[in-house]
Amino acid sequence: MNEHQPIHFIWGIVPVFVMLLLWETTARLQWIPGGIFFPPFTTVMAEVGDMLFGGVLIPNFMCSLGRVVAGFISGSLCGISIGILMGWNERANRWFSPIISLLYPIPALGWLPVLMLWIGINEMLPIAIIFICSFFPVLYNSLTGVRQVKPELINAARILGASDLFILQRVVIPLALPNIFTGLKLQSGMAWKVVVASEMVAIPTGIGALMMRAESLVRLDIILVCLMILSVMCLLFEKFFTFLEFKTTGKWR
Amino acid sequence: MPVISLSSITNHICCGTDLQVHDGELLVLAGATGAGKTTLLNVIAGLTSYGGIVRFDGTSVDSLSPSKRNVGYLFQDFALFPHLTVTENIAFGLQARGLDKKIIAQRVSELLVLFKIGPLNNRYPKSLSGGEKQRTALARTLAPHPEILLLDEPFSSLDQRTAKFLRLEIKSLQQKLGLTAVYVTHNQMEAFEMGDRLAVIRNGQIEQIGTPVEILFNPITSAVSELFGAPNIFQCNSIEALDFGLGKANCGSLSLIIPYDGKAVDKIAVFPSGVRLSRHPIETPMPNRLQGIVLDVRLKTPVVLVDIQVNNEKITAEIPSQLWEKTYIKISDPVYATISLKWIRVLTK
Repeated sequence: MNEHQPIHFIWGIVPVFVMLLLWETTARLQWIPGGIFFPPFTTVMAEVGDMLFGGVLIPNFMCSLGRVVAGFISGSLCGISIGILMGWNERANRWFSPIISLLYPIPALGWLPVLMLWIGINEMLPIAIIFICSFFPVLYNSLTGVRQVKPELINAARILGASDLFILQRVVIPLALPNIFTGLKLQSGMAWKVVVASEMVAIPTGIGALMMRAESLVRLDIILVCLMILSVMCLLFEKFFTFLEFKTTGKWR
Repeated sequence: MPVISLSSITNHICCGTDLQVHDGELLVLAGATGAGKTTLLNVIAGLTSYGGIVRFDGTSVDSLSPSKRNVGYLFQDFALFPHLTVTENIAFGLQARGLDKKIIAQRVSELLVLFKIGPLNNRYPKSLSGGEKQRTALARTLAPHPEILLLDEPFSSLDQRTAKFLRLEIKSLQQKLGLTAVYVTHNQMEAFEMGDRLAVIRNGQIEQIGTPVEILFNPITSAVSELFGAPNIFQCNSIEALDFGLGKANCGSLSLIIPYDGKAVDKIAVFPSGVRLSRHPIETPMPNRLQGIVLDVRLKTPVVLVDIQVNNEKITAEIPSQLWEKTYIKISDPVYATISLKWIRVLTK
């Protein structure tokens, strides 16, 4: 296995490197007309340095990060809790299922005008949007995870003398983890996309707002820096949950 | 250990089923697929809803949940918790009952030694072989000291050799611990090897109950007989003792070598699935080599039943359909038959 790892690593790097080289060459040689709208990669990287030391990037990034973390953690925790409850308790499922089926199809950004009127334009607005964006998919993944636990394992636990709570803690939740992590991995990226979108539309701070200001100044280099940050953060969040999943379920799967 | 008594059990399969399992006995529940064997086990364990009364030692347990019945259940596909190690699986029932950590550790080590799975203690079920899984599942089942042991075709997914070895181990363990046990199977050899008594279940009803030999030699219906392969039954006139626990039995015009323990032999049963046929004489160490003529051939997918005339006796052989096509044997052809000792059962007087 180990002798293949450098090959995998190289194949992860080489295409990106080729793409960046192509970008740099195309921009420098002005193969695409209107160079102002297509800055070279090195110019964008230089802008990263300027933005970092100029005190623009970090405050906006921290604003977005704080919103994503707050909205995603609260939305996911609620989604996991209610999903597990619905999967485990048929009565809870009967109560929640119709309501959730009605609300789930509404896109998270569709709530934006409603929430702007309900809670106003403040820090809570993007957090609430991310909460909604994370809540429903994580709920459905958790519900599916619980439902997929084989009934004979639950019966085996019952016969061995376990109470419902013990079975939930020691059998059902651990076995639902792979599904729960699938939801978290998908939605962690989505949370970043939603925060940027909501900042572009309604909130004056954060990466999305920075992009909108850059657009009005025709600073494509800044926009590209923001997009690269968005891309890296989506990837990092997904990798973080992949790592957590491996740590918690890797041994037995 | 408790006597299990089921009275007028009704649910989606059973309709007024009665059954009694004696103290310390291993009762085999045999029947075709869908006959209600597992359902009856689930009724005893409290895993399915039912009407009627289940009593342990005369006390109704109908209001008790499965966790309070103190029953051990060995599931068909092991039902080991995949996210727990062998040790954690065995400890599960003890932890669920809130026992002290030291007591749990001591009991788990005892069972790891008893079932010879000590070296596997930190392994997860995915990395265990079928036999190792089965031992772990059995250790887990017995860890909380159940008074009743329910086994649902626990060896159906194992190879024959491992299954036979584990069957003997379970039987001796059940006797040693004096557990009252109910063992579900549709395998005739398992039923005869394991059971103190045998209950044949059909459409949710107990069709016949008795010792395996009683049922084999005196089936009350053709369905019961067919469940055990409709054995060839021969009345024995005389027996001559040979060495190595064998005897030469004269049954009508047949002379067969059979297992013999010195008691007078009344009848013998030869399972059709133990009769091998060939067009040519077979070079084999098997003691029973017979020559006959094919009388009739009946297709009963996935097997073919072949009646052959040997001297004045009729013997039925059961051959898998695929093999039968390759033998090119037809009605009235002369054939050679061999019968292995393990497919012969003896009824003593």
